[in-house]
Amino acid sequence: MTGIEYVRAADPSSAVALVSEEPDAAFLAGGTTELDLALKDRVVHPSRFVDIGRLPLRGVTRTGDHLRIAALTTMEELAADATVGARLPLVREALLAGASTQLRNMATIGGNLLQRTRCRYFRDPAVAACNKRTPGSGCAAVEGVARMHAILGAGPSCIALHASDPCVPLVALDAVVVLRDADGIRRVPLTAFYLTPGDRPDRETVLRHGELVTHVELPLLPAGTRSGYLKVRDRSSYEFALTSAAAAVRVDDGTVAFARLGLGGVGTVPWRAYEAERVLVGAPANERTYRAAAEAAIRDPFTVPGTEFKVELAKRTIVRILRTVTT
Amino acid sequence: MSSATTARSTEVTVQLRVNERTYPVRLDSTTTLLDALRDQLHLAGTKKGCDQGACGACTVLRDGKRIVSCLTLAAQCDGSEITTIEGLADDPVQEAFVRHDALQCGYCTAGQVMSAVALLREGRAGSDDEIREFMSGNLCRCAAYPNIVAAIREVAGGS
Repeated sequence: MTGIEYVRAADPSSAVALVSEEPDAAFLAGGTTELDLALKDRVVHPSRFVDIGRLPLRGVTRTGDHLRIAALTTMEELAADATVGARLPLVREALLAGASTQLRNMATIGGNLLQRTRCRYFRDPAVAACNKRTPGSGCAAVEGVARMHAILGAGPSCIALHASDPCVPLVALDAVVVLRDADGIRRVPLTAFYLTPGDRPDRETVLRHGELVTHVELPLLPAGTRSGYLKVRDRSSYEFALTSAAAAVRVDDGTVAFARLGLGGVGTVPWRAYEAERVLVGAPANERTYRAAAEAAIRDPFTVPGTEFKVELAKRTIVRILRTVTT
Repeated sequence: MSSATTARSTEVTVQLRVNERTYPVRLDSTTTLLDALRDQLHLAGTKKGCDQGACGACTVLRDGKRIVSCLTLAAQCDGSEITTIEGLADDPVQEAFVRHDALQCGYCTAGQVMSAVALLREGRAGSDDEIREFMSGNLCRCAAYPNIVAAIREVAGGS
């Protein structure tokens, strides 16, 4: 007996109302993270699950050069979308690099954006020091055994990684999250959706309590752009990234004309490498440029002994994906 | 749904459709599909391994798609068609697992078979590499992987 109430929402507005009215209520979609944290690890304590799984928020629609992905579309469904396969290879590759087929059949794209960190200290209720769970309690990971942790956007208060694969190309592509609550609808760029920990690691996104992710909007890449996702990990399948990179590049006459770069496995939030993009655009499409871009991307990392290896590994990951999509 | 009149419901009544039979059950609201199958319906073929979505031992099909039943609430499955290992009698995948000795202790096998059945329907058994990649959500601590791949390859029409 967990004492958690279960309610199935009849429509999006009642789903919003059912969560908004109760401070500890939570939306339940795919459940792959939420049920694990609430029922197994017991580090989150919802009073009520509002099941949104049957709401009519599924599927992908294309309007011109934009995709509108309804939030309950599963990772497998999005990966199977014909436009995603043809026009956004980096998104398809990142989706299929994540989790297992079973989990991808359950996990929704909205839930993927909101997945919680895999930091073992966060997920262990026996650990007292976790600023993300209990503000002001400290960070056991900074002092303890860290490996699957962040080096960008991190600091002494928190080094918890955002472990999503799909979010890496989504930040690179300037995806927009559509949010709905009782006050209406607002659209937030994914790059502005996440909050780096600072002194409040418990605050992870700009989402308000009761606000529902209804869609993710995504522009298609311009014609002639090549893209891909590279994930480096301890085993070759079904494992989180040590480092990853999503790149989309167009080269005209040997010069980089367009570049987008997102990084995974390194950030407290899905990381957009703006500095690297500035190095790339206008520069010759060669190894020297890619290395310079990598150096720009991983500037001023915050490392602990267990994560120092990620600095060079992330740079090499960037160079390799850039080489792959330009040759 | 009027929230003002919603009574707190930490118990739920669910019509579980499993292997083409309907089971009306009354459950604690956070009972997983896995626990409902094993403890309420006494369909113990589906195994509990990690109980955290990491090992795949509890794989079942929901509306034809493979999922892990340990991270699914029974309540979420009201109205869904669930298929478990008990619903696959005389399936060619099971027979191929026996022929290829694709197990040692057998604890992961129900999940492996359910996942393999789905993988074949997904059309992802085109090569050994593809089989390995799309079976990676099912762990086998006895490491019977080569024989599991061989069994699936045979059903897919390979050697």
